[in-house]
Amino acid sequence: MTLLRVEGLTRLFGGLVAVNKVDFALDEGKILAIIGPNGAGKSTLFNLIGGTMPPSSGKIFFNGNDITGWKPYKVAREGITRTFQTTALFEELPVYVNLVIGRRMRTRSGLWDIILHTPRQKREKNETTAKVLEVLEFTGLGQYANDPAGSIPQEAQKRLAIGVALMGDPRLLLLDEPTGGVGMEETDNIIALIDRIRAKGITVCVIEHKMRMIMSLADRIVVLNFGVKIAEGEPQGVCDDPAVIEAYLGECIA
Amino acid sequence: MAKYTKAGVLVLLLGLAVAMPWMTSKYNVRILTLAMAWAIATLSLNLILGYTGQASLAHGALMGIGAYSFGILAQRVGLNFWLALPLACLITAFIGLLIGLPSLRTKGPYFAIVTLCFNVIVYKVFDNWKWLSGGIQGQPVPQPVFLQQRWARYYFVLGCLVLTLIIMRFIVKSLLGVTFMSIRSNENLAEAVGINSFRNKLLSFVVSCFFVGLAGSMLALENGQLDPTITMQFNSFYILIFLLIGGAATLSGPVIGAMGLYWLLDYMKKIGIKGIEEFRYLFFGLILIVVIIYMPRGIVGGAKQFWEWAKARYNKRKTEGNTGKTEEVLE
Amino acid sequence: MSFFLNQLVIGIQLGSQYVMVALGLTLIFGILDISHFAHGHLYMIGAYLLYIVMVLGGINYWVAFIICMAALAVAGVLVERVVYRPLRGQPQINTFIAAIGLILVLETLVRGIQPNALSVSKPIDKTLQFAGITMEAQRLIVIVGAIVLIILLQLFIKRTRLGTAIEAVAQDREGASLVGINVNHISALTFAIATALAAAAAVFMAPLGFISPEMGSVLILKAFVIVVIGGLGSMKGAIVGGYLLGIIEAMAIAYISSAYKDVFAFAVLIIILAIRPTGLFRGRD
Repeated sequence: MTLLRVEGLTRLFGGLVAVNKVDFALDEGKILAIIGPNGAGKSTLFNLIGGTMPPSSGKIFFNGNDITGWKPYKVAREGITRTFQTTALFEELPVYVNLVIGRRMRTRSGLWDIILHTPRQKREKNETTAKVLEVLEFTGLGQYANDPAGSIPQEAQKRLAIGVALMGDPRLLLLDEPTGGVGMEETDNIIALIDRIRAKGITVCVIEHKMRMIMSLADRIVVLNFGVKIAEGEPQGVCDDPAVIEAYLGECIA
Repeated sequence: MAKYTKAGVLVLLLGLAVAMPWMTSKYNVRILTLAMAWAIATLSLNLILGYTGQASLAHGALMGIGAYSFGILAQRVGLNFWLALPLACLITAFIGLLIGLPSLRTKGPYFAIVTLCFNVIVYKVFDNWKWLSGGIQGQPVPQPVFLQQRWARYYFVLGCLVLTLIIMRFIVKSLLGVTFMSIRSNENLAEAVGINSFRNKLLSFVVSCFFVGLAGSMLALENGQLDPTITMQFNSFYILIFLLIGGAATLSGPVIGAMGLYWLLDYMKKIGIKGIEEFRYLFFGLILIVVIIYMPRGIVGGAKQFWEWAKARYNKRKTEGNTGKTEEVLE
Repeated sequence: MSFFLNQLVIGIQLGSQYVMVALGLTLIFGILDISHFAHGHLYMIGAYLLYIVMVLGGINYWVAFIICMAALAVAGVLVERVVYRPLRGQPQINTFIAAIGLILVLETLVRGIQPNALSVSKPIDKTLQFAGITMEAQRLIVIVGAIVLIILLQLFIKRTRLGTAIEAVAQDREGASLVGINVNHISALTFAIATALAAAAAVFMAPLGFISPEMGSVLILKAFVIVVIGGLGSMKGAIVGGYLLGIIEAMAIAYISSAYKDVFAFAVLIIILAIRPTGLFRGRD
């Protein structure tokens, strides 16, 4: 079933059109890759879906609901979480605390629960701890659990950002260049991680540059250039599309 | 092991605190009582600044509001002490809500400026509105029978300080505390993982105001008399200085900072070297600059940092499956 | 009617002071991203320096004016170098806190040496009358002086190489340094200009009132209000905001109440921020 549908999505910055009437749909359980040259508007697209900035026009539907213009925290609670191109973490806090924070939206303990030590806060603490251990294992970050998030290796930070996004049990995960600045071997680690995420039934939308990654993971690809969708379809077809080849100046290697 | 040493130290300190009135002069008991009230105020600022990352400069005025609320409720309205005190704290929290609603949409230094503006407004109101502030005579604060003795008040304020510390500890080590810290650390990311940062900032601010109201009430109680200067912006600066020098985002930092510096302030006034009286504030200003540049985590923060560094040097190897320590934050 | 006109003139004069202080502040904000909370206290030092030079040194007002501007320019550079530069790159709130430390130092230093309010005499002690307005000559000096300085500043920024360099740093610090602009020099220059402007404001204002240690403390808050409302880094915003605030305040003092005169600015700020947390105009940020 269609989990995410984007219609005529447009975003203007003064006179500049960053995203221009983009439409696409994403089915549940699939992986969609968004590619395009630098400055094509891919991250802006994520910002629009995630609620970081409102669209100038157009609509976004998630799980049947119109989430256009929703604030980020509402979008997250609805089931969409994301990572950022420049890795965003709570740097001075330990890795496991980063994960705890990712789970917070699924807990309801408030001030009175804490002061009065209600059973709810005890239960939620335990649930959170269990989930943290689960995600630590899932992302292979067990050895870094107590280290400040800013002090672990770059590639581990990328995995951590994904882990934090997973803590909230999202239905849709937006990954913005999850292997940016990361070497060959580590890229494979992250590819494997994304595969495991798909196996859990979570829908993934990923912005990527690395063709190898896209070809091995993506069910469908959307290609943007100058904010406009210039191609959409299965990986092989898209790669042979002349418009795409032109946009990339022939860099498309299958 | 470390847990027991920590508990041991706390028990010792508590014992020392309890024994104090017998060990020292009447004058010092009074100074300690006042210092503890300031420690409560500093702990309150610690919640909104140290943990949630919003620098409020309205806490001086709010402390004054708490003090006056208590005084007016106890003396003019004639309420029983046990009603006046919590009510004064709630009034302060409510005013904090009113201040927080417009201000907390701003960030960083702008929030500091807006809160400072509120502080100036409050002071001007108290300074000009004789009915509210009691004019030249000020507002007298009645002391209930069981708190007429100096040492009785000392123990009462000590009790309030301990209670504040306990509640702060609960909050800080909870999911709520972690939420606050996430806002301080990276507000955009916190929002992206489903945290309503405005709501949480407001909550942190209001709780903080409740406790600063308590601090103000304690000051009112000990001094027995109030005048508008208690709402001046300088108090906001002092609480800030106590917090930063002691160490924000820790629980012992605010207490050490407030009590240590308050005592130092008083000592400098006492030894009365000609000219020192005014210059103690200059001294504080200098210390603040030095601390924020070279030791922004304050005394306790700096000590902790040093301890971590020393420990890391000592334990060069990392052990596997450290996940046992997950309990630490979420006790 | 003539009462209203008189108040208007006072408002413009008041506004002139605000504009001079707010301009410096917004320059520092826009170019260096520093919340220079100590700006008002440097203004205060300027006034005291005027007293020292004029009353104790017996020097003519206009010469003293030049001396104060020059000395304060140096003071501004020193403050940037010693207090703010070590904090470069850290969250803005840290520079704000350092500034608080600095104002404590400056205010208590001055108060410790000379706690009493001082006054200096006007260079031209005349009262002018025209078009139904009665105005002291000094007020005219403030208004004209401010306009002259504002024009000079605009010319400097738009027409000189250094001015262009300042704009470059304001737009993109890294880019500017990549094309060979020495950002440290620009920082120093910005502070020098801003503090000299504040000194000018102090020198203009001093003969009209009293010189006291706390004269800068409320002024800085108002300057911040103007800068936040007008847009951080926006010179136009600072000018419009400054005159507007001056006029509103003068009218409010005359027609409403004088006891709460200082809080009008803050009430306006709070209302505006409640509606639009990002300020009214778009400055640099």
